[in-house]
Amino acid sequence: MKITLIEDKAKECFWEIQAYFMLAGRAVRKMFAPPWYYREFITQLDKIGVGSLFIIILTGLFTGMVMALQGLIQMKPFAATTYVGSVVGITMVKELGPVLSSLMVVGRVGSAITAELGTMVVTEQVDAMVVEGTDVVKRLVTPRLKAILIAMPLLTVITDAVALVGGYLIATGYQISFTLYWKSIPQFLVFQDLVEGCVKPLVFGFILCMMGCYVGLNTRGGAEGVGAAAKRTVVLASVLILVTDFFMSKIFVAFR
Amino acid sequence: MERGLKMQKVSFSFVGRGILEEFDLCLEPGVNRTILGMSGVGKTTILKLLLGLLKPDSGRIVIDGTDVAKISEREFIRLRKKIAIVFQGSALFDSMTVGENVGYRLLEERELSESEIEKIVLEKLSMLGLEHAIDHYPAELSGGMKKRVAVARALAADPEYVLFDEPTTGLDPIGVYNIQRLILMLQEQGKTTLMVTHDLETAYAVSERFSFLHERRLLFDGPKDDFAKADIPAVQEFLKPTEQSLFRFDSE
Repeated sequence: MKITLIEDKAKECFWEIQAYFMLAGRAVRKMFAPPWYYREFITQLDKIGVGSLFIIILTGLFTGMVMALQGLIQMKPFAATTYVGSVVGITMVKELGPVLSSLMVVGRVGSAITAELGTMVVTEQVDAMVVEGTDVVKRLVTPRLKAILIAMPLLTVITDAVALVGGYLIATGYQISFTLYWKSIPQFLVFQDLVEGCVKPLVFGFILCMMGCYVGLNTRGGAEGVGAAAKRTVVLASVLILVTDFFMSKIFVAFR
Repeated sequence: MERGLKMQKVSFSFVGRGILEEFDLCLEPGVNRTILGMSGVGKTTILKLLLGLLKPDSGRIVIDGTDVAKISEREFIRLRKKIAIVFQGSALFDSMTVGENVGYRLLEERELSESEIEKIVLEKLSMLGLEHAIDHYPAELSGGMKKRVAVARALAADPEYVLFDEPTTGLDPIGVYNIQRLILMLQEQGKTTLMVTHDLETAYAVSERFSFLHERRLLFDGPKDDFAKADIPAVQEFLKPTEQSLFRFDSE
């Protein structure tokens, strides 16, 4: 009995993973074919990109400030406080910038995508679209995916930049000059780190968008189902982003 | 070519629960039909199967002589243009205005210019007395108005068959009367209608033939005048519920 239950769960899990990748594959394929749905794309870019700016700036600012503060305290006994800029820079560009900005966008945008699509499913709007001859993936998933793939790296760059400014604000309190702070950053930051810092948000954006769309389009059970689906997106996408970050870091280290 | 919508020995189950078993239905052009049955018996499922929104476990679905299982998705989309549906909850796109909702299919098809689409949208809306609401959003409309917008959307692409899923649910008597008049008006224009409902008054007002669905099977199929005379206990119980029928169907 228990073995059957585990087998059923495993099958269900496998089926879900397969369905997720099939949806992702279809979405990527349809990104390069008309119709383009420009209006929907611009709307999503505004919602996802511009709409997330405030939360991203706050995240970057306070992360940079707290990193500089902790870094300065730890580095002071070694008289290495002049390197605080590079510590904040490397950590933000390679790891915290992509991960934190993606987690913020998961909470804000991933759940919203699921709730929006989930509501459309339970109120039969998606069925109505299908009947009207619309390719639902093309109409609902692709514009969101395009918008996230453009917005996510830009949001990450903004997070990194604001974090560096935040770090500098704290560093000034420790008598570290403008030149010293900013000149220490490129000393340890290499070109590959910048590539890593831009590729990661692309991948994380893809994961969070597809998770939001997949869970949203498979929502069942009315208002309660929509709430549960939004929660599921946040949990699954966040975990998946953290796991992917580890493996991507391993790959980048291997190619260093 | 044999015209009409047909379901032949269609079986369908959902999460292990049988909904339909060897179900047959034929909607001939010009013959307006209502499918009656208790709530939750699978009436909406029939409409979704006809539209390809659900896939049957077995059996054939034939639209104007074409078996939908044997054609590609693209061909099916073309074939489905002949059918329109008015969903139970209207299913209007809430991010779009009334005008955009009505012209949605035409805008998607990109075969007509925007001015031509606007003309059609205005024509359909004025037919239903809704031209003043063209720039409103669905959230700003009453239940009856939403239903009428849904009908206008269904008619925009000039379908041959119009399916109605519980069109009078949640409407006041005037709203119900409006919907009945609307369905009759469509029939006068040559549209064939298939309605699923448990509203007997509307069924008698707009249909010639009745089908009665009970426990996964079709128990009655014939002219509406024969329905009340049918010697079928489930039909009689549906028409005249008694103390014995209290909560019985819920527990089933």
